[in-house]
Amino acid sequence: MTTNMVGIEIKDLHLSFGETEVLTGVNLTIEPGEFFSFLGPSGSGKSTLLRAVAGFGPTPKGQILIGGRDIVDLPPWKRNVGMVFQSYALWPHMSVRDNVAFGLKERKMPVSEIGPRVEAALDLVGLLSMAGRMPNQLSGGQQQRIALARTIVVEPQVLLLDEPLSNLDASLRVQMRRELLALQRKLGLTTIFVTHDQEEANTTSDRMAVLDGGVIQQVGSPQVLYDTPANLFVANFLGTANIIDGVVEKDGAAARFVTKTGDAIAVGDTTVNSGSIVLRPQNISIVAKDSANSISGTVMHREFLGSQIRYLVDAAGTEIVIDQSHVSGETWQDIGAEVSLNINSSAAVVLAS
Amino acid sequence: MTHSPRGSAPGLSIADRLPKYLFPRIGGTAAIALLIAILLVGLLIVPVLQVIYVAFLDPNTGALTLNNFKDFFGSSLFRESFGNSFYVSAVSVVMATIIAMPLAYITTRFNFGGSVIIQSLGFIPLIMPPFVGAVAMQLIFGRNGSVNLILRDKFGISIPFMEGLNGVILVQSIHYFPFILINLSTSLRNIDRSMEEAAQNLGSTGMRMFRRIVFPLAMPGYIAGAVLVFIKVFDDLGTPLLLNVNNMLAPQAFLRISSIGISDPMGYVISFILVAFSIFSLWVSFLFMRGKDYSTVQKGGGGLSKRDLSTREKWIAYGTVSLILLMVLSPHIGLLLLSFGTIWSYAPLPDDYTLQNFVVMWENSGTYISNTVLYAGLAATADVILGTAIAYIVLRTKLFGRQALDYMATASLAVPGVVLGIGYLRLFHGVQVPFSGEPMASWWVIIALALMVRRLPYALRACMAALQQVSISLEEAAESLGASKQSTIRRIVVPLMSGGILAGFVTSFATAAVELSATIMLVSSDSDAPLAYGIYLFMQTPSGRGAGAALGIVAVILVGVGTYASQRIIERDKKMRMSGDAH
Repeated sequence: MTTNMVGIEIKDLHLSFGETEVLTGVNLTIEPGEFFSFLGPSGSGKSTLLRAVAGFGPTPKGQILIGGRDIVDLPPWKRNVGMVFQSYALWPHMSVRDNVAFGLKERKMPVSEIGPRVEAALDLVGLLSMAGRMPNQLSGGQQQRIALARTIVVEPQVLLLDEPLSNLDASLRVQMRRELLALQRKLGLTTIFVTHDQEEANTTSDRMAVLDGGVIQQVGSPQVLYDTPANLFVANFLGTANIIDGVVEKDGAAARFVTKTGDAIAVGDTTVNSGSIVLRPQNISIVAKDSANSISGTVMHREFLGSQIRYLVDAAGTEIVIDQSHVSGETWQDIGAEVSLNINSSAAVVLAS
Repeated sequence: MTHSPRGSAPGLSIADRLPKYLFPRIGGTAAIALLIAILLVGLLIVPVLQVIYVAFLDPNTGALTLNNFKDFFGSSLFRESFGNSFYVSAVSVVMATIIAMPLAYITTRFNFGGSVIIQSLGFIPLIMPPFVGAVAMQLIFGRNGSVNLILRDKFGISIPFMEGLNGVILVQSIHYFPFILINLSTSLRNIDRSMEEAAQNLGSTGMRMFRRIVFPLAMPGYIAGAVLVFIKVFDDLGTPLLLNVNNMLAPQAFLRISSIGISDPMGYVISFILVAFSIFSLWVSFLFMRGKDYSTVQKGGGGLSKRDLSTREKWIAYGTVSLILLMVLSPHIGLLLLSFGTIWSYAPLPDDYTLQNFVVMWENSGTYISNTVLYAGLAATADVILGTAIAYIVLRTKLFGRQALDYMATASLAVPGVVLGIGYLRLFHGVQVPFSGEPMASWWVIIALALMVRRLPYALRACMAALQQVSISLEEAAESLGASKQSTIRRIVVPLMSGGILAGFVTSFATAAVELSATIMLVSSDSDAPLAYGIYLFMQTPSGRGAGAALGIVAVILVGVGTYASQRIIERDKKMRMSGDAH
């Protein structure tokens, strides 16, 4: 079961439900063999975009190219893209075997070939022994795998996964996402994975697109998106971010970000004149008072999270979240303590307002 | 306040001090459940069992015997009746399917302006008792009816729509197809669109996808509707009687009992066969549907995706729908013409139009109408009280045997009206009403009780549905704020169920008002007769047909307004609930 890997190109895609525009000017290139995620909150348009690739929902304006061929005007059954539904959509009146065989029968494959193909697909997801069962006799995780087998058995050009893990419990979810990735690597199948869970996206994706309000906010590898968010939405949506408004003051090669309270933070080279600085909680440390490149504040709140201790410090006119690794036996800052915060300037990101 | 467990507080009565097992504590709910059980056993189970029992008794010696059945199958008339009943029911199911299938498919699959029309007009047949339409159908489709007169005039042919069994089949399938329409549409609507999308995604489309995915998933709904049609037609008495088709089972049972008397065993044998067949059909459908709960709608999903029709398709759709609806509404049109017509025979339309029929009807049927309001009102009131109580006991208590109440109440669906009627005649035969001394079997209250038992399943289903909508946490919230069980039921549960209860009342009332098969057995004098019986009497003479039709119009309006009202109540309720959920 290997396929010729194909890429997906989406060009200036617009899509409306009646009057409401839900996708606006989407441009995206997904490389052949890539595991690509659409990440966003509910209502961001990520599922709509996926369904547009599969051919469901209203016909969009613009182009969707799979392997260089525009498929926007093709009906779903002529696209040869495999989709795994959030609800799995296993047909309850057919056995597991019949569910998996369905697509092959539709393709008028000789019966003698269907049997071995179905068994190979079931074997691939480790559920060959369940072939005779009805879907309602399977657990959620098993149904998920059958849905996957049913999709990949027809050897689609691309694999679309619509929140496939959201109906599973937490521990199974972690296991399934690893299996999904392993399977995708094995098949070399260009895959789009829709999720609202950043951990799922981070752990599986080669690259991902963050969507909000029907617009792609940023595309890149999980690490790039986390470390250098392109805007406040991405900064806030991925992990926790401290965001402080202010202006950039330049002095030759050196630049510093000055907050409204007059606190200054050294930053790298930037073209931004005024805007916000994004600081990840783990890139700030509590240091001895009045060290260089530090701002002072007061500890307001402390939470023990196990591997980390989270402080809320009143500084620079806002409450700054700071995560410090927990080391056994170490003493903690007291509530009300006057502290200084050292900011790792290379990890600070300045965004124009 | 602490009591030692053995302490004898001064306020305790002797009964409290005696061991508990001497006085099994029957709580309020349990007492009510017991009372309902006794009522159902007495008014449904015992009469039916007695009818079945008598079928196996030798009428002369009173010994158990199978001779009655031997006699039954030995008679060519009864064998023919049996075959006819089966044939008519089966063909009616086929015809009803042919009518219902395109309507259900069009409304659930397409964005079609006519859907609203189908949804409202499609149910109109149910609001007219089939026997009322039967006479009107004769005038339109009969040998000398409008359609055949025109056909003969233009093409020199005539089609025997209404000859013998054909007539029964036509009237019944036109009347009962909504059962299939409702169930099939619901099933189709309960299919999640991902079911279909998954098939399309794997390369399936069009009729092939319908056959392999959509129809199998809707099958349980179709079967449920089809079985209902089969049973209803198999048991129906009024339609064959009015069409003068007597060689079927239910009319035979009626004729034997009413002409030979209640000791004639054949009526009981037929009753047994009717009940056995009903139960058998339900059982077969149950076997088929077991483990096939295919409702796959996901939260936030919403049934099959609908698509727009092209202009040409739209014309075809409107054409199909109009043709079907025209046929379906023909009994109503015929009845309307008949009620306003002077003389209507050997002519496509009445000779002239008049209000005279309504005057005659009004002068002669005041009693019928007031009797109907009284009987159906009592029956429906009792039904919703019983329905609410049973629903609460079944869904909210852990009472032993609570399911049995539901089963018993619902079982009355499988009991043909004729059988219940015969059962009551037999059971109350020779018993006298306390104080007045008149024979119980001809007392009007018995009619109301029969109606109550017959319509209880309708009210019960409405109440069950209403209670299922009331989240248990709403009750728990009241209880945690200090409300007792009774007070919670009174102040929270019943008010929240009120829409469903009202809808149940209206449905029970409206259908009880036009019930004929049980009442025709139990009515002993014209002064006790309800509306349905009145229509039957009017329709017996050609001169009374106009007035009978006018009374039929009254019945249709009564049931129509009732159905409309109950729909509105349910919708308003749903809206209220939804706006409540939004926050």
